[in-house]
Amino acid sequence: MSNGNRQVLTGHQVVANAMRQVDPDVVAAYPITPQSEIVEYFSKFVADGKVDSEVITVESEHSAMSACVGSSAAGARTMTATASQGLALMLEIVYIAASMRAPIVMTVANRALSGPINIHCDHSDSMAARDSGVIQIYGEDAQEAYDFTLMAQRLAENEDVLLPVMVTLDGFTLTHTAQVAELLPDDTVTDFVGEYEPLYPLLDVDNPTTQGPFDMPDYYFEHKLQQVEAMNNVPEKFLEVQEEFSDLSDREYSGLFESYRLDDADYAIVLLGSTAGTAKVVVDELRDKGKKVGLLKPWMFRPFPAEEMKEALKEKEAVAVFDRSLSFGSSGPLYLEVSSALSHEDNKPRLYNYTYGLGGRDIAEGHIAEVFEDLENPDLESKMHYINART
Amino acid sequence: MKEIRWHGRGGQGAKTASQLLADINLQEGKFVQSFPEYGPERSGAPIKAYNRVSDEKIRVHSGVYEPEVVAVVDPTLLSAANPTEGLSSDGILLVNTGKSAEEIKSETGFNGKVLAFNATEVAENAGSGYANVPVLGALVRVLGTDYELARAEVESALLKKLPEEVVEMNLAAFKAGYEAVNN
Repeated sequence: MSNGNRQVLTGHQVVANAMRQVDPDVVAAYPITPQSEIVEYFSKFVADGKVDSEVITVESEHSAMSACVGSSAAGARTMTATASQGLALMLEIVYIAASMRAPIVMTVANRALSGPINIHCDHSDSMAARDSGVIQIYGEDAQEAYDFTLMAQRLAENEDVLLPVMVTLDGFTLTHTAQVAELLPDDTVTDFVGEYEPLYPLLDVDNPTTQGPFDMPDYYFEHKLQQVEAMNNVPEKFLEVQEEFSDLSDREYSGLFESYRLDDADYAIVLLGSTAGTAKVVVDELRDKGKKVGLLKPWMFRPFPAEEMKEALKEKEAVAVFDRSLSFGSSGPLYLEVSSALSHEDNKPRLYNYTYGLGGRDIAEGHIAEVFEDLENPDLESKMHYINART
Repeated sequence: MKEIRWHGRGGQGAKTASQLLADINLQEGKFVQSFPEYGPERSGAPIKAYNRVSDEKIRVHSGVYEPEVVAVVDPTLLSAANPTEGLSSDGILLVNTGKSAEEIKSETGFNGKVLAFNATEVAENAGSGYANVPVLGALVRVLGTDYELARAEVESALLKKLPEEVVEMNLAAFKAGYEAVNN
């Protein structure tokens, strides 16, 4: 199963190992479908005595996040994992976790929302949480999901941040595919995440605090503005954590998004998650044919790196933004962000929205190559385009 | 990069064999992917699993459409599934069957290389009863992988979940599968 530090693991196993190495005080989860295998593997680590965490199995995802909030408020380092309907049910409490500044790290195996009932990948679940106040980081492969799960711990617990972090990885495409990943040594992770020292733990009875109370119109607004401020602090802290992590892992992370052959590209695609890998292959093939194409893959979707993205895209001829979720009656969530980022530019690129991959619909190299071909057409319609769908 | 597709029925271990192959390829220093195609998960239903093997990091995350090698663990899938779909005439069709390669060629209309052997019988003779492992043995030979390296990986992987005597039976079946086909 291993060759040096390289192992063949599924995305689930990789994330479960990251959680084992973080060794949180508490993991609260609802351990049946639509849960992922992450908690199943993690529970095995606990049962085998490989990690000391307290696993709280609850009766629903709503309760899972509620238990996480309570545990985090008490002062425990807290993690959870969920997917799809589970996140939808959790959502009410995700807002509360963010407002209580609970640095909970959660992984989401991105899957479609019902109905129709579907267990496969798209980004509907995490996109539904985009306004909840949670930080969102999207991984391209199991390696990134592992690395970001570790980095998320440091980001969440940073005193200038103190927000929950959601690390996502594409359901099935990454979670159920065995692939090569490199895990760091356990003690390296222990040193990297460090001891958690909660600022205002409820269990510190000598310094009593009130948490999660009623807030009247006289202060609610200001408390929300404190969340805004915390979110505004995230990019700088994320870059600091990336730098430290890159040094110890020999893997290069430096940015709120990854630019792939983008600098001199005339045509660019912007997309989240595992399809970025497939798109890189296409970019390389088209570059070999002399086409000036590139890719921008946001790692961080919340907070959205609007300013940096504007700089990266404003000189392009045309940009296609791929969304793997719908906002019925509007454009896709990623498109709206990119469009907003570029809105004040005078000579902005032609901008197009493509929806792809809903409910696990496959997207292959050929589909992406076709979009690059589309972009060369100055008369391309600016309606919503659907990839690999019967329209 | 090489792409491989497995055809089996739920419960026959095609997915397990795919994962074992990924473990073996990793030991060779390769980059790999192994993933099943998920539908309704029922015992006995036709399933597919896939491997990608490469000397470099694998970035593509789409399905596999044009495999170089197809391994059929269950003989009834030659007609119940469409195992030669996307397989070019340069490709290899490896089949668990009591029939000859010529018969398989005429049944499937596939003009490329067909490797046929009775993996079910091999598994029964070895006492293990599961055809996935002898098919894996044959596939390892087809791919030109070092036998001892592959055997050692199968042994260590199976020992994690099976008792020693069952592992021994599977290793015998693996060896017989390896020897049943020519590279």
